[in-house]
Amino acid sequence: MILPILILLPLLAAGATLIAQRRGFAAAAWAAAVPVAASLALLVGEAPEVLTGEKLLISWPWLPDLGFNLSFRLDGLGLLFALLILGIGLLVILYARYYLAPEDRIGRLYALLMLFMTAMLGIVLSENVLLLVMFWELTSLASFLLIAFWSSRPLARQGARMAFAVTSAGGLALLAGVLLIGNIAGSFELSAWFSARDAIRGHASFNVALVLILLGAFTKSAQFPFHFWLPAAMAAPTPVSAYLHSATMVKVGVFLLARLYPLLGGNVVFEYITTAVGLTTFVFGAYVAVFRHDLKGLLAYSTISHLGLITFLMGLDTPMSSVAAIFHIGNHATFKASLFMAAGIIDHECGTRDMRRLGGLWRYMPQTAVLAIVAALAMAGVPLFNGFLSKEMFFAEALDLEHLPLIGGMGPAIVTLGSMFSVAYSVRFIHDVFFDEPHDLPHTPGKPPRYMKVPAEILALVCIAVGVLPGYTVAPLVNAASKDVVGEALPAYEIALWHGFTMPLFMSMIALAGGAMIYWLLRHRYDLHLHVPVRYTGRLLFQQAYDGGVAMAGRLSSRLENGSLQRYLAITVATMIGFGAWPFLQYGFAGGGATATPTMPLALVVWVAAIVAALGVVLFHHERVVAVILAGVVGLAVSIAFAYFSAPDLALTQLAVEVVTTLLMLVALSFLPQSTVVESSPRRKLRDAVLAVIAGAGVAGLSWAVLTRSHESIAWYFFQNSLPLGGGGNVVNLLLVDFRGFDTFGEITVLSMAAMGAWILMADLRAERSIVIRPSEPDGIMFMVAARLLLPFTVLVAVYLFLRGHNQPGGGFLAGLVVAIALIMQYMGEGLQQTLTRLRIDFRILLGSGLLLAGLTGLAGIIAGAPFLTSAVGHPHVPLLGEIPLASATAFDLGVFMAVLGTTLLTLTAIGQARRKPSPTGGAT
Amino acid sequence: MNHLLVAPILLPMFTAALLLVLHRAPVVMARSVNAAATLSLFAASVAILTQVESGTPLVYQVGNWPPPFGIVLVADRLSAFLLLLTALLAPPVLLYAAQGWDARARYFHPLFLFQLMGLNGAFLAGDLFNLFVFFEILLIASYCLALQGLVVERLRATLHYAAINIAASSVFLMAVSLLYGITGTLNMAHLAERVALVRTEDVALVRVAGLLLLGVFSIKAALFPLYFWLPALYSNAPAPVAALFSMMTKVGVYAIIRITTLIYGAEAGVLMELTSPWLLPIALITLVLGALSAFGAGRLATMTAYLTIASVGTILTAVSIGGAAAFSAGLYYLAHSTLVIALLFLIGDLIGRSRGDMSDQIHPGPQIGRAAGLGLAFLFAGATVAGVPPLSGFLGKFMLLQSVNGAMAVVPVWTVILATSLLMLVGCARAGSIVLWNVTDPLPSDSAHAPRAGEWTALAALAACSLLLVLFAGPVKHYTDETAAQLLSPDSYIDAVLGPQREGLVRPLQTGGLR
Amino acid sequence: MMELMVAIGLGIVTACGLYLILRGRTFPVVLGLSLISYAVNLFILAMGRLVPEAPPIITEEAGYSDPIPQALVLTAIVISFGMTGFLMALAVRTWHQTGSDHVDGAEPKTVGRPAGTS
Repeated sequence: MILPILILLPLLAAGATLIAQRRGFAAAAWAAAVPVAASLALLVGEAPEVLTGEKLLISWPWLPDLGFNLSFRLDGLGLLFALLILGIGLLVILYARYYLAPEDRIGRLYALLMLFMTAMLGIVLSENVLLLVMFWELTSLASFLLIAFWSSRPLARQGARMAFAVTSAGGLALLAGVLLIGNIAGSFELSAWFSARDAIRGHASFNVALVLILLGAFTKSAQFPFHFWLPAAMAAPTPVSAYLHSATMVKVGVFLLARLYPLLGGNVVFEYITTAVGLTTFVFGAYVAVFRHDLKGLLAYSTISHLGLITFLMGLDTPMSSVAAIFHIGNHATFKASLFMAAGIIDHECGTRDMRRLGGLWRYMPQTAVLAIVAALAMAGVPLFNGFLSKEMFFAEALDLEHLPLIGGMGPAIVTLGSMFSVAYSVRFIHDVFFDEPHDLPHTPGKPPRYMKVPAEILALVCIAVGVLPGYTVAPLVNAASKDVVGEALPAYEIALWHGFTMPLFMSMIALAGGAMIYWLLRHRYDLHLHVPVRYTGRLLFQQAYDGGVAMAGRLSSRLENGSLQRYLAITVATMIGFGAWPFLQYGFAGGGATATPTMPLALVVWVAAIVAALGVVLFHHERVVAVILAGVVGLAVSIAFAYFSAPDLALTQLAVEVVTTLLMLVALSFLPQSTVVESSPRRKLRDAVLAVIAGAGVAGLSWAVLTRSHESIAWYFFQNSLPLGGGGNVVNLLLVDFRGFDTFGEITVLSMAAMGAWILMADLRAERSIVIRPSEPDGIMFMVAARLLLPFTVLVAVYLFLRGHNQPGGGFLAGLVVAIALIMQYMGEGLQQTLTRLRIDFRILLGSGLLLAGLTGLAGIIAGAPFLTSAVGHPHVPLLGEIPLASATAFDLGVFMAVLGTTLLTLTAIGQARRKPSPTGGAT
Repeated sequence: MNHLLVAPILLPMFTAALLLVLHRAPVVMARSVNAAATLSLFAASVAILTQVESGTPLVYQVGNWPPPFGIVLVADRLSAFLLLLTALLAPPVLLYAAQGWDARARYFHPLFLFQLMGLNGAFLAGDLFNLFVFFEILLIASYCLALQGLVVERLRATLHYAAINIAASSVFLMAVSLLYGITGTLNMAHLAERVALVRTEDVALVRVAGLLLLGVFSIKAALFPLYFWLPALYSNAPAPVAALFSMMTKVGVYAIIRITTLIYGAEAGVLMELTSPWLLPIALITLVLGALSAFGAGRLATMTAYLTIASVGTILTAVSIGGAAAFSAGLYYLAHSTLVIALLFLIGDLIGRSRGDMSDQIHPGPQIGRAAGLGLAFLFAGATVAGVPPLSGFLGKFMLLQSVNGAMAVVPVWTVILATSLLMLVGCARAGSIVLWNVTDPLPSDSAHAPRAGEWTALAALAACSLLLVLFAGPVKHYTDETAAQLLSPDSYIDAVLGPQREGLVRPLQTGGLR
Repeated sequence: MMELMVAIGLGIVTACGLYLILRGRTFPVVLGLSLISYAVNLFILAMGRLVPEAPPIITEEAGYSDPIPQALVLTAIVISFGMTGFLMALAVRTWHQTGSDHVDGAEPKTVGRPAGTS
């Protein structure tokens, strides 16, 4: 139970500090520090038994069947890291309180730092590897936000994005690797992994997983060639650099290697990759660091170099090398953090971090100088400071590399060379900043605030304490941690200042002397301060790739979507052709053997007429009115076909719809250009023609294939039940209003909304005086009179059609259209205003009520305890018409009637009422 | 007689019709009526979900005609899941729209309700032609919603969208009637049976019908190469509408799942495997293109639109992998992506609103007001959509990766999923850092554009839903697992609809022909 | 050979419709869509097979054509009618707004020759 609390306390601090920041920096700092201190206290409370080799394990299931559990572990390794995280965290809180400028939002910085702290604790205390990965990603996110703390600075944003991209990529690789191993082990718990060690290592995909995990570790620990994000991250406030980018976050890569060492160790792939990468990074980083003029730049590359050293040690894959690695992790954290803090103080007081301008600060800030020098000496690996001890162990390990033949022989030499460089930049740091002469300081340095120095001082003291009395300070901790890494195979060893005159000591001396020499030469033979660092770095490459990627992606999408409907439709048609053709390619195409229906001459005539008309539409579609008429002919032919193939309802409906549609198009045409420009290129026309012909052939083929097959269906049921249960003889109408009334219900909804859409589209284009296709006067009068006389008659017809619909072709939809046509004729005859004023109907209300009526009829069923749209039948006797079977479906049909009428008129008036465009620019002639 | 099943269709329909009749009534009235309807929809959906938990689908015989003759509504676990998701999405969207925009939009409230009616109907339809009708309802509603404001971009996008979908609808009709022509029925459960019994010489035709249907649904779902209409439409639509549309693509996905698991499902014999081998590559391509384009997008809304496409790609990757685990992962990811993409559309709108002429373009612009809150919201949404653990996006992808494990497709799927996650992650980081941090003039714009309380609430509600998906990932996954199992053994669905005796439902019609 | 005639007729009308919806102006697209809907309606009816002179209206003498496709066609006709109306309105509005009746809401770079001169 204690572990989650320990992890979550910093999160509590984040909340607290956000609230407290209104009361000033001090309050914010306290609010952040107290919970962290509490967490540290808890941890220390656990320390004793952990040092005796105990492990704290605790677990709650979350997604057990996916192996994702909230399980935590505290062992020596975790303890070491947790102590670093919390201890240095506390110092950073104190430091940041003085570092930030009054205008900075300290609450935000603290909150993010605390969030980060939680994530770090989560990583080092996770037993479930998925949990570890989760916290891993969280650290990337936190570092992204922290680097961009001064978000208005371009470099901050750039650095943040770079760090985020590189570490996230690594994180995803890590995830993949973890999933692979998890699937081999059948669990994501570390202990399960360790116990399944041999099975995992034996598995085919282990090496893939290994490489993926190494990718994760190397990106996070800024190993060559992924190192470039770390210098870029120096745009962050110095407390952040001190904490994330030297002491803690960059260490989780090597932490992961240590954590998974029981799995990875003793594997040749692991050894070669890790040692090679580590050694390269070590030397490369140290070399580059020498030539950095910016203090933080120097420290950044030095950090890279030291991480390389640690990685190298892990890769050497001997018990002692692991001990050395762990020891150096701690040492580096202490001296590097204090160095960053010193750099911050210098920046804070002098207004610059450029070593070409700094110098002689010894006079202004002796105390800061002392502690910076102490830390720098530790970094150089000078005796009496902690860095020396781990460096010496490192030399000792580098001496016997016979199990790594490739690097083996060269090993000691390369290692010593690298160390020379690290001595060189350490010396440079000390000399250029504190001795020498100031070149052009922005202003005379002030005195740093007392408590700003305290954190650095404490760390410096640690460096000395560990350096002088290792046995009494860190030895137990390092030992416990190493046991968790190496296991019980850990040989007896002693971390001590003096081992006698040994080879490692000799190498240290060479490194120190050589380093000092290198610096002296660089300063006096080759003027270091005039050196211009090479520009073409990984950072630059990354930025180019990044910008290029953005541009490329943008181009790609605009290439794919050129905003041309013609292309989209062509692609759609082509795709559908593909879908339709594929099965025939697989299974072949065959017609059926049903008896053919003989042709009759009349049908032939209609058929020819239809085809000619259709082709005519294509040929003359530039003359739009002609095209509309020809399309009407096709529609007419279709409705004749309906009539012939025993679908009278369809024939009538098609006819009515045809009339209305044609009117609609003519009205619309009075606003649109009368003709279509000829613009398609011959190639385009050919392409479209080919697509059209293939698709047409497909449709023909399909229908022929079906038409020539025998047919069975569920239709028999409707003939059986129409009269007895449906109360009507016209099965089609019964299907519409009863059996499949729900379709009709949806259909009128669609219709109403389509009309609403038209209305919305034209809403703000109402004209005071509507435009009418007004025939020349005398005929116009005739037309008007005719329409007037026609109206009552047509309405009567409509009523008749409506009432007989249940038994004979007809029904509400047809009736609605007929009435609509009659009214439209009025409208064309005498213009809209008059018609409307005569009608005084709001069509929106009409169609709305139509929907409601249809719906309520359906509800009647529910009220009667039957399902929606269940109909009841009665046979009232009506004068003149005789007995008509009146089903409740008739009421439904009435709703349909109203909706259709409303829709048709609403659409037509919507378009018809529109203002004519003043003078259309462009478009057709 | 349990009328619960028809409520998700009738409730919005009646309210909408009423609002049409009372279209002159003040907007406040429309708002409250709509809110009442939407909230009771939520209640209904929850009720339905609890009832299908037993495992037997609910069946409702509209008009009291027995299937396969009459039209039935069917709710199995999948339908209930999507109904609930829709009902979860609707209230926040409505709340956001009701902060004033709905007064400017014409007939927003009835259209919004018709949209819901169409969505719910599509999820409930047990009859293939009825499914077509509900598709038309939700389409026409979406046209009318998308063109609100009548600015040129919206008109153009709607024209493209409408033209493509009207063409697609005729393909839909042909496919449905073709199936009828061969099997003689329209009821989906019955179709499943008939298709299983289809004569060998008819196999090709039935496959054509199926593939044409899948083609149509791929347009709705926005699969490559049929998604080109989407970015323009979604990125130009009014924010609440775009947020609601995050459900629209999912209808296509739903239809694909339904058709492939029921009609062409486990029973279908030679007609199974309609989607292999083409769906997996297409889904992966869709995912890659979506993520890439989101990475290079020029506006927040455009980025979100492409993320929609990417999400569809992810879901259909799961569908094409097949198997219970993959289906379950796909459904979880469907829920997650719908909610978070709606959230992103709304956030993008709020950010754009307070950046003046810069709007939501991913270019340096003025400092926005309420930067902290909106920044946090964007951070959350971006992290979720990109799949930062442990947020819902990560869980969905994690389940998906685990479900493919072992199959042949493991390498391409893992690579694509992880690579696109990185793309989305970096893309969101880029967009956020430019829009929120790279400010040309530091003064926050006037507070007139600051988000209102209702808008904050809408964001919070959506974010909360996505967080609940994380907190209750276990139970949700259990439900999706059950759903996947149900989908993969369609006979429970078929039995529920057709009952035990099924002989002679289809008979030759004694046709008079020429007498 | 009614079947073959109908099939071929369907094919041709569909092809004409498709060619038209691939044109660059709104009006031909609408025309094309309505041609396609004719074809589709006939197609649906054909899926119930072709049975002359046997309307599905219950009478004494037996023998009917399949009513279901007819019902579907009716619904289809109505819906496509509504869609046509909507699309027309959309076309008119776009023309009003942009002064161009091009489907992409703007005149293409290369301005075509007006009809008639072709």
